[in-house]
Amino acid sequence: MAEKVSFWQRLIKGLTKTRDNFIKSMDYIFNGFTNIDEDFYEELEEVLIMGDIGVRTTETILDDLRDAVKKEHIKEPSECKAFLINEIKEQMALGEAAFDFEKKTSVVLVIGVNGVGKTTTIGKLAGKLKANGKKVMVAGADTFRAAASDQLKEWADRAGVDFVGGPEGSDPAAVVYDAVHAAKARGVDVLLVDTAGRLHNKKNLMNELSKINNTISKEFPEAYRETLIVLDGTTGQNALVQAKEFSEVTDISGIVLTKLDGTAKGGIAIAIQSELKLPVKYIGVGETIDDLEKFNADEFVDALFYVG
Amino acid sequence: MAFDSLSEKLQGVFKNLRSKGRLSEADVKAALKEVKMALLEADVNFKVVKQFTNTVTERAIGSDVMNGLNPGQMVIKIVNEELVNLMGSDVKDITFGTGGAITTIMMVGLQGAGKTTTTAKLAGKVKQRGKKPLLVACDIYRPAAIEQLQINGKKQEVEVFSLGDKEKPVKIAKAAMDYAKKNGFDVVIFDTAGRLHIDEDMMDELASIKNSVDILNTILVVDAMTGQDAVNVSSTFDEKIGIDGVIITKLDGDTRGGAALSIKAVTGKPILYAGMGEKLSDLEQFHPDRMASRILGMGDVLSLIEKAEAEIDKDAALQLSKKVKKASFDFNDYLTSMEQMKKLGGLTSILGMMPGINASQMAQIEGAVDDKKLAHTEAIILSMTPAERENPKLLNPSRKHRIAAGAGLDIAEVNRFIKQFEQSKKMMKQMPNMMGKGRRGMRFPF
Repeated sequence: MAEKVSFWQRLIKGLTKTRDNFIKSMDYIFNGFTNIDEDFYEELEEVLIMGDIGVRTTETILDDLRDAVKKEHIKEPSECKAFLINEIKEQMALGEAAFDFEKKTSVVLVIGVNGVGKTTTIGKLAGKLKANGKKVMVAGADTFRAAASDQLKEWADRAGVDFVGGPEGSDPAAVVYDAVHAAKARGVDVLLVDTAGRLHNKKNLMNELSKINNTISKEFPEAYRETLIVLDGTTGQNALVQAKEFSEVTDISGIVLTKLDGTAKGGIAIAIQSELKLPVKYIGVGETIDDLEKFNADEFVDALFYVG
Repeated sequence: MAFDSLSEKLQGVFKNLRSKGRLSEADVKAALKEVKMALLEADVNFKVVKQFTNTVTERAIGSDVMNGLNPGQMVIKIVNEELVNLMGSDVKDITFGTGGAITTIMMVGLQGAGKTTTTAKLAGKVKQRGKKPLLVACDIYRPAAIEQLQINGKKQEVEVFSLGDKEKPVKIAKAAMDYAKKNGFDVVIFDTAGRLHIDEDMMDELASIKNSVDILNTILVVDAMTGQDAVNVSSTFDEKIGIDGVIITKLDGDTRGGAALSIKAVTGKPILYAGMGEKLSDLEQFHPDRMASRILGMGDVLSLIEKAEAEIDKDAALQLSKKVKKASFDFNDYLTSMEQMKKLGGLTSILGMMPGINASQMAQIEGAVDDKKLAHTEAIILSMTPAERENPKLLNPSRKHRIAAGAGLDIAEVNRFIKQFEQSKKMMKQMPNMMGKGRRGMRFPF
């Protein structure tokens, strides 16, 4: 419990500047306006967009707010705040089954473009699972990027888990094949698979991912499958595009949002949830191995809006 | 493709404008609303967008619209001019040391911005200009960062200086300068660890490197995908350590890169280069004016020409174009053009720079252009005899069967390719006419 508190403190600290700016403007809007008029909506729009929530999602949120104001006869701008927080919380809430893969024998494919913190996330996830008494293995199927495998191995060593990799330029599906067999032989609970995050040529990426997926379903059909996309919390609307593109290529079961320790607002998580209906499952706020936490909608939205 | 969706959208808006006789205030406002939305979706900072649309609106609703010109063109002109204004119009470069002084470059930025890769790319660029660059591994924190730099350095054939990850970056930087002086390096590029702009200790580290080594260029590396926060990041780096220029990375894929616009508008620092891909040669000089015209969907033909000039064997290209004109194009030429295409980064990369091709069309093309097919085509041509390559008319069924066996492909595929080849030859005959039309179209792309 102590660790948890410190984590959220860190998140709050991380979001401090964010929160300051965001809340200052929020407060200004909710307390500064006496009437719910067009100026009020316009200011609110600005604040939400500056939080990376995106134009479309902002419009949806504002439309819902307008409806609610009409239907529920909301008169005070301050009442709008509670409405907004509740609406976003409801949207972001996770179902019961969100973390089933942690309890089962599973293969977790980790996807995402380069530089979002994919390797780091795998390292952190491996460390967490191991701390929970799971036997974890990490597979380095990003054979495209120079030193990607070395970096992952380093993280695996730090976490104290097994690592399977291949030389640069080798077939990623072959690495996965090796890893799956090694995982089965060694009785591994969770196999985490790192993949290449090339930006261009979608077709290649698609082929590679489907080959990896086929290998897993053929060689390890009994494993529970999870596909997490890692997104950079500092990314703007492009994260939405990334999530969309990857979801066209493979089924995604959840999002890991990283780098929330800067001043970026992470509002993009709200946009993705609203437009693609993909749940955020983990968030990362730092460089050390403990800095990855399960996503909690209430706490996230509260931290963002700094409620209490 | 950067900004593609934006240009698509603006084209949609302006198509509607064109159909009207004259621009009313309401028209301009409606169009500018779309411009605003598009810019915001491209992650241009909200405040920058507001300023921009205000400026354009002010200029558009005024007497200078009433020149009897096509009103749509007039608005495009204004939007374009203001975008160029915002991005800056001059091509800027890193500052080289004068009088034998070593040119020092320090790369800074957030984690994952692409610093290490960009550092190696920049070293390659500098080397192309006849300089002798030294890379310095000052990132002692990230696992395998030093190794990544060493691998990339090796690929670029540039030496990497490292003292491992146990020494302080300042000490590494100083030692590297001594090493550079002794061994005749004239450009030294420091790869520093990624850091958060709000991390005071880490920002101090950069300042102390800058104090202990005379840094001529402090370059901020920014991910083109950065959201609204790009403005905070760049202005904080500028305030705390002072930056001289910016390199935008990952300006490919579907990145719209509105961050580039925001950073320029807020810090006033020039964008020097843009990283476009994973390959170490994928770093391009940043042309702000071309970028602006690319936003408006006019393509980046100039960049394409320059790229082609640098990488294509000019003689071969000249010969090829002569042959195209005479339509005496044979399989040997086809092979040559395929090889040159590969050098340019593939067909899709070229098409992306052409005007009038939008994101959805690109997606279709990407689906159609299959790398495997290209390999098959190559195999087919390589299975032909020299005589057959020169004279496609020789190809009778028996020869085709032999070629199919040689290429390890079905005869149907060989037939399909030969048919395609004949068709493209026919197309080439019509090319001169098409070119004429294209040029006119380019002047008024809407």
